[in-house]
Amino acid sequence: MAAEVAEVLRPREWLGRWREENQGRIEEWRRGVYRFRQSTLSIVGLAIIIFLVIVALTGPYWVPYPEDAVGALHMEERLHPPSRAHLFGTDEVGRDIFTRVVLGTQISLKVGMMILVVAISIGVTLGGIAGYFGGAVNETIMRLTDIMLTVPGIFLALAITAALGPGVTNAMLALSIMWWPGYCRLVQAQVLSAREEDYVQAALSIGASRPRIIFRHILPNIISAIIVKASMDIGFAILNLAALGFIGVGAQQPVPEWGAMISYGRKYLPNWWWYSTFPGLAMFLTVFGFNMFGDGLRDVFDPRARR
Amino acid sequence: MQLRYYLIRRLLLMIPVLIGLSIITFVISHLVPGDPIRLAAGPQARLEEIEALAREFGMDKPLHVQYLNFMKGLFRGDLGRSMLDHRLVRTDLVRYFPATLELVLVSMTFAVIIGIPVAVASAVYRDRWPDQLSRIFALSSISMPRFWLAIMLQLILAQYLRLLPVSGRFDPRTPFPCHRTGLLLLDALLALDLKSFGLALKHIALPAFCQSLTALALITRFLRADVLETLHKDFVMMARASGIPEQIILFKYVLKNALIATVSMLGFLFGFSLGGSLLIETVFDWPGVGLYAMKSAMALDFQPIMGITLFIGFLFTLVNLLTDAMYGVLDPRIRYG
Repeated sequence: MAAEVAEVLRPREWLGRWREENQGRIEEWRRGVYRFRQSTLSIVGLAIIIFLVIVALTGPYWVPYPEDAVGALHMEERLHPPSRAHLFGTDEVGRDIFTRVVLGTQISLKVGMMILVVAISIGVTLGGIAGYFGGAVNETIMRLTDIMLTVPGIFLALAITAALGPGVTNAMLALSIMWWPGYCRLVQAQVLSAREEDYVQAALSIGASRPRIIFRHILPNIISAIIVKASMDIGFAILNLAALGFIGVGAQQPVPEWGAMISYGRKYLPNWWWYSTFPGLAMFLTVFGFNMFGDGLRDVFDPRARR
Repeated sequence: MQLRYYLIRRLLLMIPVLIGLSIITFVISHLVPGDPIRLAAGPQARLEEIEALAREFGMDKPLHVQYLNFMKGLFRGDLGRSMLDHRLVRTDLVRYFPATLELVLVSMTFAVIIGIPVAVASAVYRDRWPDQLSRIFALSSISMPRFWLAIMLQLILAQYLRLLPVSGRFDPRTPFPCHRTGLLLLDALLALDLKSFGLALKHIALPAFCQSLTALALITRFLRADVLETLHKDFVMMARASGIPEQIILFKYVLKNALIATVSMLGFLFGFSLGGSLLIETVFDWPGVGLYAMKSAMALDFQPIMGITLFIGFLFTLVNLLTDAMYGVLDPRIRYG
């Protein structure tokens, strides 16, 4: 029916009508944007994220020595200090550290996001099922979640990556497996309380199916909590990926992953300080950006949290 | 009475969780695509030698039998044996654990001692410079890759300025006075040996500082929020109206109430620190459980990894139980459910 109306009306009228229909939602968004802009730190966070995304997307086109990320060797230039030709210096086989740090941005952002996509998909599905169906299903899923939350993630991630073999993909897999229980618990609790709300009872009474209730009615109402958690978690996912790289079970040479670079550079301390320093700074900037952004988002979605 | 029932129930609930954990670790350790037995036997091993080694570790049996044997050992307190050097995992854990425990305890103490005043100051001077400063500090310290910060501090304080030792728990050239608890600081104090105490303190300072940052940041942020919330409670207004000095209101009434949630968080942070210590131990060559786990994982020696994971999981659950119990003692309003 809505489609027919849209055809008859001219675009401007259609937009006006859409505005009228969604007035409440638009107003909410406006307030949200206003609250977000009130906080300097979150704006800085957003700016850092935008900058990093641009660097990640365009980096491969403008880095000075693109071949240095895929295993080029320039032994005559090994361990040069920062200079105009090599802004961040060179590493033990003469590769440009600036190039590798820039190209590492893409790996970190991509893997960080993928870890969360996998973790959220598993967590939201299981949490939704547990919260909505309750009973034995709920017990089984939540006990599994408890077990996963018993051990500090990095121990299991270390065991999994060691078993599967080192590498970025396996590290990502291990971290995704470690990450879903948090979302599962969050969604389960929210669904459990939403189940009793009037709008769910109303949907039920007009015969909506259970998947429809979970995904169309309940999920949109709890999505803000998931987004806030996710925006903070991306930073920590990147940090953990780097930690695995640092231990030696994550990315392997010549992949320009920050954690692995810090780990290799450590062997050349204290004389060749630049090797470990710059990848670490890049990582700090990234995680800092996501944390500040997440902090701001929390203020937007949950104004009560800001005291 | 009520507390006792609660504790018993929680202890019983731990059993299925730990059994589940043992299954998960068992499955992971048998995911290995490479053959750990072959790896342990070495590249020159003959077929008979490999088979003998497999028999010794019971790896020639079907998986479910292997798991049952593993569980049987567990009930006797036997966590298995390392495949590489044939040492008992339990013996190694007993040897490595005190170092990790000491590191975590010192770092948590530091986080609490610094975190509480900073949080109170932040709440009192809300949105003014002390608050902004502590906010930035907290945000940067949870964003900081701790292993990187550890390397940088090691570089500056230990290698350039030579203020602190680079790594390790104690000076290898000096004999240590005595071993009673395995916690060097405590041992030195018990032996009234101030020189050793100072030396151990110097060694633990950097690792403990780096280790404490996450806990410090979380304590600061959460306690600040709780203090702010408590400051707006009616009883505070009542106390102010009766003319009780602000200092007393703050430290006697407000802090006591606000700290309850922080105490419950300490349990979680303790478990979290046990896991996080892995990276710090690697950087500072700190002979703890994390370093042990890492060395075992690199060598694909899965018996120790299973043992360590179960042990840490057990500790974590136990600590959480104790904090939950303490929560109720601190706050009589809470009923054990």
